[in-house]
Amino acid sequence: MPNPFTISTTHQNNISIITLDGFVDAHTAPQFENAVQTELEAGNVRIVVDCSKLNYISSAGLGVFMSFIEEVRDLNGDIKISGLVPKVRHTFEILGFHDLFEMSEDLNSALASFSAAQSAKEG
Amino acid sequence: MAAIERAFTLQVPSSTENLALIREFVTTVGQQAGLTEAEIGKIELAVDEACANVIEHAYGHDESKEVIIRANIDDDSITFEIVDTGKGFDPNKIAQEELEKLIQDRKDGGLGMRLIKKLMDEVQYEIVPGQKNELRMIKRIRKA
Repeated sequence: MPNPFTISTTHQNNISIITLDGFVDAHTAPQFENAVQTELEAGNVRIVVDCSKLNYISSAGLGVFMSFIEEVRDLNGDIKISGLVPKVRHTFEILGFHDLFEMSEDLNSALASFSAAQSAKEG
Repeated sequence: MAAIERAFTLQVPSSTENLALIREFVTTVGQQAGLTEAEIGKIELAVDEACANVIEHAYGHDESKEVIIRANIDDDSITFEIVDTGKGFDPNKIAQEELEKLIQDRKDGGLGMRLIKKLMDEVQYEIVPGQKNELRMIKRIRKA
């Protein structure tokens, strides 16, 4: 099939980086959901979803962001989104996700914003 | 001069695995209609959402059922009809709650239909539960 989907999770400075590669639709969204769930179960609530290699998302994928965000924020964490290509960003914006989620141009900015928030809290 | 119509049909087993194939079909038809890449992206997403609804809700993941996607290009519009024989739904009953409210209630339902309505110019339904449900979505072709 075209656009195979892969997902991987890495950790850096206590931040979980979930990288989505390919497409997230109703078929592949459960894998994304499992990846976020795994982080939460491990107590990791500072999450960046790196979308720089994501070329398509449907509401099934957006639903994953929605279903976890409140729980994560209740635990003083956040889910930040980085590297959206214009086409995918448009889908997020149609539904108003840009008002509810922090979106960064690239992964490093998203990681830095977590670090800045942490320093502010500690300072 | 009479308008030239072009019609295309794709019929696939009701499995989310086939959504990628459905999107390819939509892209090809959109290219034939001369749509821009941005417009093709919109109809691709709208048809994906409609078919995912059929596969997951109307047919409840029953892969022995089939989803039919009909496309029709005429002079000034492109129309997609998604046909199924599963349990229908009342599109007007889908809540149009604010996103924040959906998050608070831990609900992600209704996002697909919300997207379809924003992406397409016209959306029509014909619902006869268990017999035939048809969702018709129209996108006007804007000529340069």
